[in-house]
Amino acid sequence: MTDLTALTIAEARDQLKAKAITATELTGAYIQAIENANDALNIYVAQTPEKALEMAKTSDARLATGQAGALEGIPLGIKDLFGTEGVHTQAGSHILDGFKPHYESTVTANLWADGAVMLGKLNMDEFAMGSSNETSFYGPVKNPWRANGSNMDLVPGGSSGGSAAAVAAHLCAGATATDTGGSIRQPAAFTGTVGIKPTYGRCSRWGIVAFASSLDQAGPIARDVRDAAILLKSMASVDPKDTTSVDIAVPDYEAAIGKPLAGIKIGIPKEYRVEGMPEEIEKLWQQGIAWLKDAGASIVDISLPHTKYALPAYYIVAPAEASSNLARYDGVRYGLRVPGKDIVDMYEKTRATGFGEEVKRRVMIGTYVLSAGYYDAYYLKAQKVRTLIKKDFEDAFHAGVHAILTPATPSAAFGIADQDMAADPVKMYLNDIFTVTVNMAGLPGIAIPAGLDAKGLPLGLQLIGRPFDEETLFQAGYVIEQAAGKFTAPKWW
Amino acid sequence: MSVDVSTVKRVAHLARIAVSEADVERMTGQLNAILGFVEQLDEVNVEGVEPMTSVTPIAMKKRRDEVDDGGKAADIVANAPIHEENFFVVPKVVE
Repeated sequence: MTDLTALTIAEARDQLKAKAITATELTGAYIQAIENANDALNIYVAQTPEKALEMAKTSDARLATGQAGALEGIPLGIKDLFGTEGVHTQAGSHILDGFKPHYESTVTANLWADGAVMLGKLNMDEFAMGSSNETSFYGPVKNPWRANGSNMDLVPGGSSGGSAAAVAAHLCAGATATDTGGSIRQPAAFTGTVGIKPTYGRCSRWGIVAFASSLDQAGPIARDVRDAAILLKSMASVDPKDTTSVDIAVPDYEAAIGKPLAGIKIGIPKEYRVEGMPEEIEKLWQQGIAWLKDAGASIVDISLPHTKYALPAYYIVAPAEASSNLARYDGVRYGLRVPGKDIVDMYEKTRATGFGEEVKRRVMIGTYVLSAGYYDAYYLKAQKVRTLIKKDFEDAFHAGVHAILTPATPSAAFGIADQDMAADPVKMYLNDIFTVTVNMAGLPGIAIPAGLDAKGLPLGLQLIGRPFDEETLFQAGYVIEQAAGKFTAPKWW
Repeated sequence: MSVDVSTVKRVAHLARIAVSEADVERMTGQLNAILGFVEQLDEVNVEGVEPMTSVTPIAMKKRRDEVDDGGKAADIVANAPIHEENFFVVPKVVE
């Protein structure tokens, strides 16, 4: 029998419907693959094989009676940030030790309602703060990709490093992820997978551990553009439990795939050509432009003048919101408690032990910029800059641009425990330089694998769309995918 | 702007994070690197610009002020490190 874990979601869906395979067989193949690979790659922080087989059995019954949902019997990995009822949910943190919610996040509930099967919870940077998956309490995830002729371990990117690595290593058919500054798109680019951060308000944030509430959005990481479209259709919804969930019906994203690009105008922003960017990335970008042009799109140069201020503004807004959101981890209501001589001492010791270095750093920055006397100089100023960043995009869209093409990241995957990045937190932050603008403006963005660098590592391109126009991203992303081909990591684990 | 050791200690206390002298030393350098990075924003003229309050131009939804959930105290305390009879148990707060 062929390897069932090699099937895309679309392929598995067809075979399940045709009764060529069963959900139990498919799920069993993934459980086996995870068992064989997880010690080497450290991707799953919690495995739920019994629950998976039970869900698969239900799916098989529904498939047999013709009641199959859109994702019936499709085994998925879930980022540890999503609340899953009765199942390990710790956001990659020590401070949430033992936390098993008594509720289910709206996004995962939507997936289960459509018949998907849960394989387990995926490793991630602690509270989604990181670009390498190294801030996880559970240790770093290894990227399934290695440079040609090298056995050096590389990071899968972050914060959704476990999600991206799981999809790349075929340890799930698709994965949920979240993106606050690039946490879906950067790991997707580092692992040769497709990741889409939808428009702010498209997926409900209810039941997802909060990092920076005005920036956080859930989205899928998948093996190809079609699978990403299938997953987003199920994840997205209008949810009364999230006041920022927008009341617009979810379209059939898959229907956008294969539509011609005639009449589509793609903007190329000159500000995304940054100093020190490798020649290969510039070349890839030019290649992407050529592919879209060949497919009938018109290409225009545009300017997004406030681009360079997005990352500094983000490092005020995101930590400020995080310091407020993470105030709830006090050793009283859930997770870790470290005893102290009085209640304040208990809080301080619990948070000192429970939070990792990067989380402490961001909570401290956030507390500082929100403290008396500094609010106007930092937070208010950053929110004004954010208005300008959004206006840059609005101007481009008003001028007729349908989508914007940029590189996804300024480099390919780097090594685990990179010395330069460890010494200077700002260096790590620069990973998100091309993705963070999208969160600041609340727009949808997709990362699509577009080629390999000279060392054989994946590189991605990013398409940025108008609010709630994910369809154009799938449409144009598919054109890039058709031209570039798909990339699978050679198995070494 | 930059922070000194005493500011870092004050901020750590505000954030309720216990720090050692060595932590404070290290954090001061790292926080100053980040504050130095965000200083670029001083170049931007924001006169007359409204601060962003919502990234989507959509009015926040409202619902009737009615109880539609609740009565699940046991669920609420289930994950607490210490709880008794549906109360969270904490060290003595009032003398």
